[in-house]
Amino acid sequence: MAVPVAFFAVFFAWPVAAIVARGLKLDGVWQFGRITDVLAQSDIRHVLWFTTWQALASTALTLLVALPGAYVFARFEFPGKQVLRAAVTVPFVLPTVVVGTAFLALVGRGGLLDDLWGVRLDTTVWAILLAHVFFNYAVVVRTVGGLWGQLDPRQEEAARMLGASRLAAWRTVTLPALAPAVAAAALMVFLFTFTSFGVVQILGGPTFSTLEVEIYRQTSEIFDLPTAAVLTLIQFVAVGGVLALHAWTVRRRETALRLVDASMTARRPRGAGQWALLGGVLVSVVVLLLLPLAVLVQRSLDAPDFAYYRELTSDDSGVFLVAPIEAIGNSLEYALAATVIAVVIGGLAAAALTRRDAGRFVRGFDALLMLPLGVSAVTVGFGFLISLDEPPLDLRSSWILVPLAQALVGVPFVVRTMLPVLRAVDGRLREAAAVLGASPWRVWREVDLPMVRRALLIAAGFAFAVSLGEFGATVFIARPDNPTLPVAVAKLLGRAGDLNYGQAMALSTILMMVCAAALLVLERLRTDRTGEF
Amino acid sequence: MLLSLEDATVRFGGRPVLDGVGLDVAEHEIVCVLGPSGSGKSTLLRAVAGLQPLSSGRVLLDGRDQAGVPAHRRGVGLMFQDHQLFPQRDVGGNVAFGLRMHGVSRPRQEERVGELLDLVGLPGAARRAVAALSGGEQQRVALARALAPRPRLLMLDEPLGQLDRSLRERLVVELRELFSELGTTVLAVTHDQGEAFALADRVVVMRDGRIAQSGTPLEVWQRPADEFVARFLGFENVVEGVVSGEAADTPWGKVPVPAGAEQGARSLLVRPPGVRLVAADAGLRCTVAARTFKGTHVAVHLQPEDGGPRLEAACALREAPGVGDVVGVEFDAAEIVVLDRPTAA
Repeated sequence: MAVPVAFFAVFFAWPVAAIVARGLKLDGVWQFGRITDVLAQSDIRHVLWFTTWQALASTALTLLVALPGAYVFARFEFPGKQVLRAAVTVPFVLPTVVVGTAFLALVGRGGLLDDLWGVRLDTTVWAILLAHVFFNYAVVVRTVGGLWGQLDPRQEEAARMLGASRLAAWRTVTLPALAPAVAAAALMVFLFTFTSFGVVQILGGPTFSTLEVEIYRQTSEIFDLPTAAVLTLIQFVAVGGVLALHAWTVRRRETALRLVDASMTARRPRGAGQWALLGGVLVSVVVLLLLPLAVLVQRSLDAPDFAYYRELTSDDSGVFLVAPIEAIGNSLEYALAATVIAVVIGGLAAAALTRRDAGRFVRGFDALLMLPLGVSAVTVGFGFLISLDEPPLDLRSSWILVPLAQALVGVPFVVRTMLPVLRAVDGRLREAAAVLGASPWRVWREVDLPMVRRALLIAAGFAFAVSLGEFGATVFIARPDNPTLPVAVAKLLGRAGDLNYGQAMALSTILMMVCAAALLVLERLRTDRTGEF
Repeated sequence: MLLSLEDATVRFGGRPVLDGVGLDVAEHEIVCVLGPSGSGKSTLLRAVAGLQPLSSGRVLLDGRDQAGVPAHRRGVGLMFQDHQLFPQRDVGGNVAFGLRMHGVSRPRQEERVGELLDLVGLPGAARRAVAALSGGEQQRVALARALAPRPRLLMLDEPLGQLDRSLRERLVVELRELFSELGTTVLAVTHDQGEAFALADRVVVMRDGRIAQSGTPLEVWQRPADEFVARFLGFENVVEGVVSGEAADTPWGKVPVPAGAEQGARSLLVRPPGVRLVAADAGLRCTVAARTFKGTHVAVHLQPEDGGPRLEAACALREAPGVGDVVGVEFDAAEIVVLDRPTAA
């Protein structure tokens, strides 16, 4: 327990506090008046308004598209279901930069739609909304569909035997059981889209800017730290509110439901209506999820002899100090280190949260662990630079800085994946082992570990994929001679010329392949009781 | 004494679940704690095992205070109510678990697992998956697992609770034979009196975290200490009365009591065989309210005509009166017990 708390204090709370203090303190005096000053600016108010409404619209759109998908994946049995399940999860672990790039290739200038019909959406809000649906589809399918598949259909049958119509049975039995999961998924989607950075940075152009993008702009382009600090605080409060709501719905979801094995509830679709539903979902998955990825790959190959890929190995392009291809090695090393840190910290935290005598403080920590998902990654990255730069903790020139920042985002995934599995281990099994002579450490190794091994691997995989794609914090602290893949992609996209564009597509494709490979391995390891992601 | 509890108390949020319990178990003794659910009997086992810290009092094993000794160093075995076999290990892996924890060599482990599986009647089952076992087989594996490290005290929590009746009756005989053969010291808890009486050398009846009575099965059966124990054992004919000499005044009229009975206001237990049916014009006039077939006899429920609580009588099948018949009742002093006042209300 002490280790995760210390980790979060030093590498999260302190940097964030430092940057807020830097922005709001003048000669040691707090300048709270700046908050109202900043809020009075009309362009800031515009950013706030846009951030909120695009997040609401994205959430509504995602639910609209993904809920039928959740139902189909939960209740229908059809050929290729496993592969498709993995495929819809790929976008979620994809780096936001890649998502942005893929949509640029689909709806942007010279994109597929532009070629075919002359339609361009990259300067409209639709590109952002569609990219958000693409990104968060899996959140809804996994959170809602996971529960839906495990709801005991006999509950509905019991209601029907008592005289409820099919619709009434669904409305009175299934819907209430599902509602907390839908709410939790919606809040997660809202959180992710509210703090969206990479996608908006690439697709938003100069017109559209979320809080996170604005924080980045204020910090790194205008150097207006006070404004950035105020925006960080606003985002912090908003995210805290959403997380509190989320924690509440999660608790509601833990109320005793009759759950059965998901394989018992799925069956082949029957009748024209159900086949049409299945068909519709499949089409939406193909168009929304698979098409952008396919276009991305196609664009990266859109030059003779893999020219874009070969160009990645040359170091004379002038964009970087090194050949872009080296970013792959950097990324993998950083992501591995970040994964180890995230698994250790997250595992310890999950173990502490599982203890039955966990008090209020510990349970509160559960919600705090989610904060890094929502707090401005840009702030964290910049906070690292200004707070970890003097003894006793001078890490500014150390390579470990990047994995530390990335691990921060990975920890919530590790905790969310491990916690349900650890909680499902019957405490009396541990007691049985203790009575047979196993010390507490032996009990953990002999009872807990074999049961959570798969969950641990899944958690590690998620942490790895998330670390690999982390952009907001890394863009600040990765050194120019050691760029990561997402940073390199963003930099290439920022340059004019077909060659740079093509290289960005090629690098994104590589990044996508690595993430997809990690995910396919995970899908094989899926446990019956997975977490929320 | 192998095990002594001295004034052992466990409180959950101020409420005592175990309330000043004193209990001794001698070596090779089989003691069965009997009580309704919520009487604190499982907590008693958990306190001895070291899984539940005491709020006050002491647990001694071989005369040594166990305060601060963690569960894995106490050298006692506990068989859980629902067995708690390790699902990811096979039968052999489960039985060998305790041996591995005690650093027994691998060849010796295998030998002992074989021995134990023979002992519990599952020879050659070592490689089977525990999920594929029936309830009775799981129970046997759990027993073998608990016995494997040769605990100085074996504790059983509702050992046969989830099994069906015929299996339970067979296993309880097997367990009794096995334990006397091995000379195992056993502390078991159950809510089933039949199980307790069949298994135990000594029965301890618990109520609300306290010990209500302790004695051999015969003693407890013949002379329940108080109304609670009598009713828990299934006796319905308990009535208030005033004893003077060799008779008592009760709502059922004058009832004879054994010579030397305690005098004054007491509870009386009339065992069903002590209720004799006679002609309607002799003794207490009763109407037959119901009869239930009990296999060896018929239980006849009688409603005294001049009021008073119902009576239960045991009749041979052929002699049992029909519902609505009017009969007379006389009492047999040998089947009547004058009970102590309950120790706690």
